[in-house]
Amino acid sequence: MTYSYFPGCTLKTKAKDLDHYARISAQALGFTLEEIPDWQCCGGVYPMAKNEIATKLSSIRTLAKARDMGMPLVTLCSACHNVIKQVNHDMQSDENIVLKANNYLKLDTPYQGETEVLHYLEVLRDKVGFDEVKKKVVNPLKGKKIAAYYGCLLLRPGKTMQMDNPENPKILEDFIRVIGAEPVLYPMRNECCGGYLTLDKKSVAESRSNQVMTSAAENGAEMVITACPLCLYNLQKNSGVSDLPVVYFTELLAEAFGLK
Amino acid sequence: MRRIGVFVCHCGTNIAATVDVKTVAETLGKEPAVVFSTDYPYMCSEAGQNIIKDAIKEHKLEGVVVCSCSPRMHEATFRKTVAAAGLNPYMLEVANIREQCSWIHKDIAEATAKAIVLGRAAIAKVQLNAPLTAGESPVTKRALVIGGGIAGIQTALDIAEAGYPVDIVEKEPTIGGKMTQIDKTFPTLDCSSCILTPKMVECAQNENITIYSYSEVEEVTGFVGNFSVKIRRKARYVDEDKCTGCGACTEKCPVKNVPDAYNLGLSNRHAAYIPFAQAIPNVAVLDAEHCIKLTKGKCGLCSKVCSAGAIDYEQKETIVEQQYGAIVAATGYNPINIDGYDEFAYSQSKDVLTSLEFERILKADGPTEGHLQRLSDGKQPKTIVFVQCVGSRESGSTHGCGKEYCSKICCMYTAKHAILCREKYPDTDVYVFYIDVRTPGKNYDEFYRRAVEQYGVHYIKGMVGKVAPQADSTLDVQASDLIANEQLHVKADMVVLAAAIEADKTARPLATMLTASMDTNDFFTEAHAKLRPVESPTAGVFLSGVCQGPKDIPETVAQAGAAASKVIGLLAKDKLTGNPCVAHSNELKCNGCSSCANVCPYGAITYEEKDFSRRRDGSMIRRVTSVNEAVCQGCGACTVACPSGAMDLKGFATSQIMAEVDAICK
Amino acid sequence: MADYKELVLTTSGVNPLKCMRCGKCSGTCPSYDAMEYHPHQFVYMVEKGEIEKLMASKSIYTCLSCFACVERCPRDVEPAKLVEAVRLAVIRQQGQNHLKSEQIPDLIDDDLPQQAIVSAFRKYSK
Repeated sequence: MTYSYFPGCTLKTKAKDLDHYARISAQALGFTLEEIPDWQCCGGVYPMAKNEIATKLSSIRTLAKARDMGMPLVTLCSACHNVIKQVNHDMQSDENIVLKANNYLKLDTPYQGETEVLHYLEVLRDKVGFDEVKKKVVNPLKGKKIAAYYGCLLLRPGKTMQMDNPENPKILEDFIRVIGAEPVLYPMRNECCGGYLTLDKKSVAESRSNQVMTSAAENGAEMVITACPLCLYNLQKNSGVSDLPVVYFTELLAEAFGLK
Repeated sequence: MRRIGVFVCHCGTNIAATVDVKTVAETLGKEPAVVFSTDYPYMCSEAGQNIIKDAIKEHKLEGVVVCSCSPRMHEATFRKTVAAAGLNPYMLEVANIREQCSWIHKDIAEATAKAIVLGRAAIAKVQLNAPLTAGESPVTKRALVIGGGIAGIQTALDIAEAGYPVDIVEKEPTIGGKMTQIDKTFPTLDCSSCILTPKMVECAQNENITIYSYSEVEEVTGFVGNFSVKIRRKARYVDEDKCTGCGACTEKCPVKNVPDAYNLGLSNRHAAYIPFAQAIPNVAVLDAEHCIKLTKGKCGLCSKVCSAGAIDYEQKETIVEQQYGAIVAATGYNPINIDGYDEFAYSQSKDVLTSLEFERILKADGPTEGHLQRLSDGKQPKTIVFVQCVGSRESGSTHGCGKEYCSKICCMYTAKHAILCREKYPDTDVYVFYIDVRTPGKNYDEFYRRAVEQYGVHYIKGMVGKVAPQADSTLDVQASDLIANEQLHVKADMVVLAAAIEADKTARPLATMLTASMDTNDFFTEAHAKLRPVESPTAGVFLSGVCQGPKDIPETVAQAGAAASKVIGLLAKDKLTGNPCVAHSNELKCNGCSSCANVCPYGAITYEEKDFSRRRDGSMIRRVTSVNEAVCQGCGACTVACPSGAMDLKGFATSQIMAEVDAICK
Repeated sequence: MADYKELVLTTSGVNPLKCMRCGKCSGTCPSYDAMEYHPHQFVYMVEKGEIEKLMASKSIYTCLSCFACVERCPRDVEPAKLVEAVRLAVIRQQGQNHLKSEQIPDLIDDDLPQQAIVSAFRKYSK
């Protein structure tokens, strides 16, 4: 199986690990990620305004290309996933945006939200199946207590993202079990890390990240995993908690597969 | 051409402010058949009715058209008026120029023109009206109450007290309903069981009351005064007549891990069980899903210890068929499933409870024997947070299970919970997060104020955003304090969620069986929201308790009594006058295709082989339709389904309706 | 400039009249303490037409767009969209960029993912 793939800007630079380990693990699982040609940055945050069209175009170009390639579109970075999935939802439901975006893009075939957008985790759960993933584990992370950090973008708004129960998710916990480790539940796992406020108001990012990491640590976590480069940055650099490692979930997957 | 009189009502200013009633009366007075036309401020008043009666006599009227409110409101009134003046009551037509005209238009000229058109249509129809005579049907002097909670119990007791036999059908093994699970009742704080169990016992002892517990209504046919109902009595594998309720079987039963519904799954029971100590009937049940004997064929311990020989593993469910004159729906409510409210950590912490679960904690026969304890570690909570409106007053939210209405009872029971906590455990800190505190009702606001002023309960205006279970087993409650304009955190030991209530799931299929209408929330619709609140629009079906809409115990009991009085009024009659506007078939046109029978919701249509032989043509037997006029409700579905135009509805004949359409389109 | 209200309503697509004033948005907001005006006040003040006060407040830059208020609102009001609309009403004006490119060198370190910079520019500048 081949999926079209949108890595996003950060996975080409600061978050190469997130991308690299995802690709080699995919290979081990028998599917390929085919990068969308000439993709553009998604913009990092979903433009919520009804009259924002230009800021949605890069996502729509990606979605239209995936459609033309005839494959579902896979994303990895939580932010890219959130932006592209929400824009895709607009292209399925908001006539005004559909009209204006298509007028602007002048595609051979107008885009109307046809592409299926999947997060890499959803591919593992829904397409490959966690049971199949488990069969490939040669190096189970036995006894490791891992806290899944969802943040906000993977899950919300739940009506559009449709990945999991946004208030009590389990896809990452199931993933942790699949690679042989033990998930740690903690209440801050779906609360925001402070995101881009690290630039404008660092104190917010510091306080938020600290709450997340403290909550994970108090509940016995030995490691935190995430799918978002900015979450990883905030939790590592802004939380003031340095003895709790934060890694990308794909890195652990590759490790469990004996690929690291 | 008949001599028609037209009477235009002002309805005070309801009609007259938007419709030029004088012009309507004058214009309609010029219609060919109209020999008298007038207007009057209140046509339904005695004086107004006298105008109609006098005109009928003076002008020798043969048909009457009243232009007024909806026929649902006053058709019966005016039928009596014309009958009193010697006309057949069905020689009357009502043109609805209020609901369908004045109330929905603003422009006087437009509304007046429309009123005239509606009047003309009625005139055209009354020309073709035929005098109709209603048939009579006998009344079965027995009532059925569906649901054995406080609503059903009170209705049954009141009907029985008036001397009529009444059956209660209850799906659970015991009657009593939600009130059995509640500890104390607001605003008096008297013990719920203490006031309920005497009524339950009275039901068991009253000679006029038969309790079908562990039973469900399977099928309803017939009509007001003559319902025929099939009741499915589920197998309880215990002979009700032999069982003494000693409880030996429940003690010896080796299956001990079945979630106890009486305790909302907060504790376990045996597979052989009696729901609770005061159950009526006080008879054991074997839970077929969990009993080893019934699932695997082994065990049989209960049978060995039963000295009465009441255990019967071979018992089968049975169907009881019974006739009733009236049926009362009293199917009650349940708290909604709040699994969708995980921001409050309901499914993540044992110390986050619904209010009904909290009742079980407070009540002496609950999982903690009435001690205020956390279910996680048995410790007494020092700080309790109550969250109001969980799933009530929602609209378009992501939770998917919320209700748009106010559940009405939560503000008061939460005040009660808060008071009980502070009274029994004064060292407990109690917080109530509310959006609005709604306490209309006698002594209700005083009760809430007592919670604040006398018991020191912290009422905070604002909603809880998140409940986060902490590593130290406390619950971090993050919420808005809108008055202080701050976000606050309460370190709580227990959180209680006031879950919205919803109509019981059995209500919808029951409504279908009864052909009784429901609203979008699955609450039964009343015949008139203000003037007929305990009757369903379906004749002979009455409403008691929360099945009609959220209400507390005093309101439920009042409504239950009202429903009973309506039933008694019906059963007191020996005969009921039927509706003469029923279907009838022109046998010469009928080809016996069964289209009409297939669509009839009342089973009023049968077929017969009829001899149409004439001497010259030889023998001719044809299958033709036959309408049971006593069963037909005049819905008209058959007239539409009939491909050959044989079916027609008396009073609403196709020719009459076409005459109306012609008059409108003229 | 009464038309700011109309502008914010069209830009956001939000109907503040749906709000029942429960305050759950503010009860759940992770940026609450950094805000002068809180999510429920955005809804109420937009309804009252007090847009300029909101436009002058730094609160419009502290929303994290985490969608917690959107997710948990019992009336589907979507307060975050109002914050976004008010912010756009400001930064779409000439010279009102909240973040300027010359500030960036002082704000970044070696580990900062460009995702953060891209997002911040989207939120703060036109």
